[in-house]
Amino acid sequence: MDTENKLLKKASLQKLIEKLNADGKKILAPVIKGKRVEFGLITSSDQMADDYIVTNQSVKSVAFPKFEKLFSYEVTKEGITQADTGYSTFPEFVILGARPCDANALGSIGAIFNWDYHDKLYFDRLEKTTMISTSCSKCDDYCFCTSAGGHPGSTKGSDIQLTRLETGDYFAEILTEKGKKLTSVSPDLFETAPSVDKSKYLAEVPVKFKVDEAVAKVKTVFENELWLDQSLRCIGCGACAFVCPTCACFDIQDETKGKNGIRLRCWDSCGLSLFTLHTSGHNPREVQSQRWRQRIMHKFAYMPERQNVTGCVGCGRCSRACPVDMNIMEHLINIVEVK
Amino acid sequence: MLEIKQKARELLESGKAQVVIGYGKGPNNTTRAIFVRKPEDADKLVLDDTCVQNLALYIYKHEVRHFGKEAVVATLPVLRSLLQLASENQVKDNEIIAIAITPDNKVVELDSFAAIEEHVRLFNTGLTEDEKDLLKKINAMGLEERWAFWNKEFSKCIKCYACRQSCPMCYCPRCAAEVNQPQWIPVAAHQHGNIEWHIMRAMHLAGRCINCGDCARACPVDIPLNLLTYNLIEELNNEFKYTAGLSASQTYVLSTWKLEDKETFIR
Ligand code: SF4
Ligand code: SF4
Ligand code: SF4
Ligand code: SF4
Repeated sequence: MDTENKLLKKASLQKLIEKLNADGKKILAPVIKGKRVEFGLITSSDQMADDYIVTNQSVKSVAFPKFEKLFSYEVTKEGITQADTGYSTFPEFVILGARPCDANALGSIGAIFNWDYHDKLYFDRLEKTTMISTSCSKCDDYCFCTSAGGHPGSTKGSDIQLTRLETGDYFAEILTEKGKKLTSVSPDLFETAPSVDKSKYLAEVPVKFKVDEAVAKVKTVFENELWLDQSLRCIGCGACAFVCPTCACFDIQDETKGKNGIRLRCWDSCGLSLFTLHTSGHNPREVQSQRWRQRIMHKFAYMPERQNVTGCVGCGRCSRACPVDMNIMEHLINIVEVK
Repeated sequence: MLEIKQKARELLESGKAQVVIGYGKGPNNTTRAIFVRKPEDADKLVLDDTCVQNLALYIYKHEVRHFGKEAVVATLPVLRSLLQLASENQVKDNEIIAIAITPDNKVVELDSFAAIEEHVRLFNTGLTEDEKDLLKKINAMGLEERWAFWNKEFSKCIKCYACRQSCPMCYCPRCAAEVNQPQWIPVAAHQHGNIEWHIMRAMHLAGRCINCGDCARACPVDIPLNLLTYNLIEELNNEFKYTAGLSASQTYVLSTWKLEDKETFIR
């Protein structure tokens, strides 16, 4: 559909939140939690964090939670009966205030979850989610969306995007049918938009490298000592993958009690040493440098090749969360500069 | 700082060490671990208040060990970790060179456990007043309140294991959290899985934690999980006059029995 531009006044945002809540929708927005900013349920606009770059953790858990029940089962005399986790049990979410990189990233995970198998749970949850992103007026030294195919006002993956104007009101771009449907709960809140030069309100995120250049280069450096140099300080945890909006690896676990059980999927990370350990005892990625290489290769070589998307949106979260200051942007610059 | 650089260069030039593990700077003026292998790179070393990461865990990292003889820029927590690791037979005497700073700011080279033990005695190794205050606050809560406090904190845990990976004393090649035959700890980061993980982690570090604070600093969701191990430091101190990381030869308090051990806790 063609984008419709509207004006959402500051006071109207509050009314919209109330309407959506009354409509039974859960609203997830960035809220301050101690020193962090995380997505949390809100019922009023003043609960929303105001001054932040990105949330510490990404928005992915709305469709790909840290653990989730795939199905439950019971062993009976007749055999095994199985009960699916139903679509109907998923709540309807409105995400309010995700950054453009986050909105974009859900598409990257979607590309994985729709590659050789259509992951119904992921897409069912996503279908019940409406994405209202807010464009970025600020960035920090860790942001590099403009080197990863995005930009601070990118509307990819958003149903509606809000850009805050000097007045505190929002310039609202209604981008999809889903976005339009959301506005229909209270059409009068969305007023005629003045003509707005959106770019004036956007952060300037310096371009550090061209994404195509990185993709082309990564393929050629599989055997290179830079992986070892970069990863000597990496301690092999899951922090980078778990805060990353595009990391999609998971581990399958059964939890049983007597004859009943549930099957779960839980976040997993290629940075952890047991990730590729075979039952035989052999581990094809024996040392951290191989695991670090896998992280970069998956995002910049394998995903572009297989799913035609990059596995990194340049949000910088992994670098901010890393306990030992592994900085993905710096490392990618090193890679692009290999002669 | 200059002296640290000189010492590192000297060690590398003379061939006494093949790698110096120390602190350097990252692009956003961050402080990070660096691994100096050429004498001319010794200039990259820094040492200031931001150098808080406990570098002891790198001495047994496969790729670092592979370089040859290791020297490490050793703050007090690093030295204590080395002693603790020594008492657990994870490092051998004279295997590592510690580049340490005396209380009057002189750089010294410590190449034996005896020298490290002596050096550590020059410092206060108890909990700081701030740490004690925090513990007091938590311990002043009633049982139910404390349980609620920790449950709320643990509910944030995403099981990324950054706490474990950052701890020099968590060197098991296969953590109990990852043993699956039988499965002791549920893998999922649900309430039950998180509580069991944290109780297990704290208990496995009881009397081994040297109070560097890295686990809490590493946690991406800011769980103050070092308070659990601090509390155990206090208890072991009170009950058994035992402190980890002060001697390379002390036997582990929870696996040894002494005639003079108090038994008041058995009721
Ligand atoms: S790899 Fe890092 S910068 Fe890229 S999307 Fe993931 S968290 Fe963001
Ligand atoms: S890069 Fe950082 S966050 Fe990622 S595994 Fe290594 S130490 Fe952990
Ligand atoms: S448990 Fe935490 S504070 Fe104690 S030694 Fe390990 S990382 Fe340091
Ligand atoms: S670092 Fe924090 S989130 Fe990660 S496993 Fe430890 S307590 Fe949980």
